[in-house]
Amino acid sequence: MLTALVLLPTGVAALLLCVPRSAPRRLFLVGWAATCTVELALTVAVWAGYRSGGGTQYETRARWIPSAGVSYHVGVDGLSLPLVALACVLFLACSVYALRETRRVREFAALFLFLQTTCLGLFVAFDLILFFVFFDLSIVAMYFVIAGWGHPGAARAALKFFLYTFIGSLALLLGFIGLYLAANPHTFDIVELTQQNPLAGRSLYGGLVLLAVGVGLAVKTPTVPFHTWLPPAHTEAPAAGSAILAGVLLKMGTYGFLRIAMPILPDSWRHYALVFVVVGVVSVLYGALVALAQNDFKRMVAYTSVNHMGYIILAVGAAAAAGDGQTEARQLAVTGAVVQMVSHGLLTGALFLLAGVLYERGQTYDMSAYSGVAGRAPVFAGLTGVAAFASLGLPGFSGFIAEFQILTGSLGPRPVATALALLGILLSAGLFLRALQRIFLGPLRLPEAPGADRPFPDIRGHEGASIVPLLVLAVVLGLAPRFLLDVVEPASRGVLELLSR
Amino acid sequence: MTEMNENPLDLLPEVLLAASAVLGLLLGSWLPRGRQWLVGALAGGVCTAGIVAAGVASTGTAFEGAFAVDPVTATSRIVILGGTLVILALSVAPLRADPRESEFYVLLQLSSLGALMLSGAQDLLLLAAAYLLASVPSYVLAGFRKDAMGTEAALKYYVVGAFLGVLMLAGITVLYAAGRATAYPILRAELAGAPMELSAVGVVAVLAGLLFKAGGVPGHFWVPDAVQGSAAPVAAFLTTLPKIGAFAALYRLGTEALSDSEVPWAALVAVLSALSMTLGNLAAFFQQDVKRLLAYSTISQVGYLLMPVAVAGRADLAQQALLFYLAGYAPTNLGAFAVACALPEARSIDDYRGLARQRPAVAGALIVCLLGLVGTPPTAVFLGKLEAFSAAFDGGYAWLAVLAAINTVASLFYYLRWIAPALSARREERPQDVTRTASVTAYGAAACSVALGLAGGPVLTLLDGSLAR
Repeated sequence: MLTALVLLPTGVAALLLCVPRSAPRRLFLVGWAATCTVELALTVAVWAGYRSGGGTQYETRARWIPSAGVSYHVGVDGLSLPLVALACVLFLACSVYALRETRRVREFAALFLFLQTTCLGLFVAFDLILFFVFFDLSIVAMYFVIAGWGHPGAARAALKFFLYTFIGSLALLLGFIGLYLAANPHTFDIVELTQQNPLAGRSLYGGLVLLAVGVGLAVKTPTVPFHTWLPPAHTEAPAAGSAILAGVLLKMGTYGFLRIAMPILPDSWRHYALVFVVVGVVSVLYGALVALAQNDFKRMVAYTSVNHMGYIILAVGAAAAAGDGQTEARQLAVTGAVVQMVSHGLLTGALFLLAGVLYERGQTYDMSAYSGVAGRAPVFAGLTGVAAFASLGLPGFSGFIAEFQILTGSLGPRPVATALALLGILLSAGLFLRALQRIFLGPLRLPEAPGADRPFPDIRGHEGASIVPLLVLAVVLGLAPRFLLDVVEPASRGVLELLSR
Repeated sequence: MTEMNENPLDLLPEVLLAASAVLGLLLGSWLPRGRQWLVGALAGGVCTAGIVAAGVASTGTAFEGAFAVDPVTATSRIVILGGTLVILALSVAPLRADPRESEFYVLLQLSSLGALMLSGAQDLLLLAAAYLLASVPSYVLAGFRKDAMGTEAALKYYVVGAFLGVLMLAGITVLYAAGRATAYPILRAELAGAPMELSAVGVVAVLAGLLFKAGGVPGHFWVPDAVQGSAAPVAAFLTTLPKIGAFAALYRLGTEALSDSEVPWAALVAVLSALSMTLGNLAAFFQQDVKRLLAYSTISQVGYLLMPVAVAGRADLAQQALLFYLAGYAPTNLGAFAVACALPEARSIDDYRGLARQRPAVAGALIVCLLGLVGTPPTAVFLGKLEAFSAAFDGGYAWLAVLAAINTVASLFYYLRWIAPALSARREERPQDVTRTASVTAYGAAACSVALGLAGGPVLTLLDGSLAR
């Protein structure tokens, strides 16, 4: 079941590449959107058959490279299932958004379908090498998306993105090899490694492995100081590419912390948890402050990603804090981290697609070039407003549930850090309101166009069809989060049990 | 030395190749120019037969223990003969009805034969003979085009090769003095009690010759010029096939002859490995000529390949890592050169601008091979690198694995410098001519590189097995 879910997009991509390029554009685009719909339906079926609290389900394990301790081992649990669903939703939204795409449509569709395989494969992988394979392939596919369909400066941004995240992935690989050699018998299987806890009591070795794994995941997440690849990559990528990069690819880093670093290296994680708390808080504040200073709308949204990812790092760091009687709080923090991943995926995906709408109309992201757009495009203004308010954590939206859980959960174990992180919410409220005010309110002013006044049409059908569902889901999660929490809570309890060994 | 055995059938692939070379020389003198391709066809048939023979050969030693037939030899044979087939396919188009067509095939076969002998040699004297057999025909191949660049290439290759070859012969003499024998099993016992300084001098000198064949630091000075100056199929040959023989020989030397001696083999090879990967990468950074860029990239690949050699005998994974890396490296590197052969007009990186729009399949093969050389999963080199890194960690050379990881990232930069123009916008020019056989070969090599990576499990199991003594 999961194997079909993971491999179907790549199979369709291969089929699309066999169709001659002269075939009508719609064939590729509709084929892509149809595949994404099937993927989403499959995910819904998986979710429907998932028993919450039943541990890892839909497990498949096959021999792959037995002599190297590598197997094809996939499954879903409460940590990965929400992310699989998130990825399917976002890929569907992107395929709908791209229905009007005109540039090299066949390759674009094939590349995104391949990217979907890598993302889903990573979230269901229960083997370190399988995880690494998908991690690396996602970088390759994203590089081609940015370099091939990005804005003028894309080649440079894509190179920076590739080099940065590739360095991270190699650090990760070194860490994985360290784990492999420490285990007895040698294995890359995450479940077996978790049971063995191979580095218990070897603090130096464990610290080094955690350093390698931590750096690798931190580059991908990204946290300060490894975030510098993110703004150019986001700014230059096409809208759908940015949405996937922020919505799904960034989650690979934070998911890795929950799936690999915490359960397999509990001793070292507890020992160095403070580092993660500090990094998290710095990311929260730094991301918000820099976002506040941006003139470029898309760059601003990119920096808010650093801010939002910072909360997740804070939560996973705080969850390891020692102390009795705070199990409830720590569990809340971990659950909040997972909910934040889902919420951030939906909202940032929507914001980047909206940024794409803005760019398509005005050919610039510069906020000072726009003013009073709400008069011309009320629906666009409304959707952006909703996304921005949801993103800054207004009650009633998913962002509130996530950040509330994270901050409540972290306050007990780490009061000072959490108090500082609260400032981040204030800052992001300020920056979003400022951006809304600059673009949408005031007298009408649009970017200079040669000749007549540039028209600014409102949201078109395919744009609305891709963005609105994301926001609706964010509202549903904000009002009735139980269906998600039922899945996540048992899993976060499991992570904490493993951590407290 | 388990038994006295002089059965030529143990050397069937080598015997076939030698016979075909001699026969090709005779045939070439009589065949009309338009039919000289028959010599190439004969060579192809013999290579295929040799691969089959190597696959079914039993383990043991031949000719009084001078030649070993074991997993190392079998893998090298299959990879070298398979690589020779690729080179033959690449040379068909440019050599069609060339006045010296049959000579080319004969020289190619003789040089491959030398590489085969290198991989199985278990005696220093046989090693020296194999070295000469592998080298002398390739000097001629390097200058085969008889133009200014080719002549320079051949001359550089020859001078460096002759110098390091003499050094190697001197080293063999010294080792003979130290160990009172040239056969590895005896050397192993004798060198344990021999003066360390004496045997170290001998080992260093022998290493010089083998590193010349492998194209690693410090025997790498010929690589960029020879590769840039010679024809693309020859360049593909020079950077791939002799290397495989040389690495098999290095591994055998380290595990068989020197495992009991006090010579710091592991440390020596580790330093050479570090130098090779770093210097190769740094030099490749800003190259414009694609063949020169690939040449420097092969130097850095030698560095990665030396990692399992360094920990040979210390880490269980070393043999599998080396053999799998070699098997993965050969198709990947040959694929990259095959793309260069397929686009004979494209010399610099800029000539590849817009390739993805004009020739998407060729561009695809190029991207797979270049990312394969970086070690991106799921290509074979990734698995090879993974095994090599694990072996280095396991053998106590964690710093080498970390350095290799850093170098891998650095190497990404220059491979992407080549990929990026290929993906960029079209130039307003007519599409470049593509050599059909070479492009098909490139697709095959790229597919082979990926397939080997995916089927790594069963292959790795086959590569495990003790050496024949």
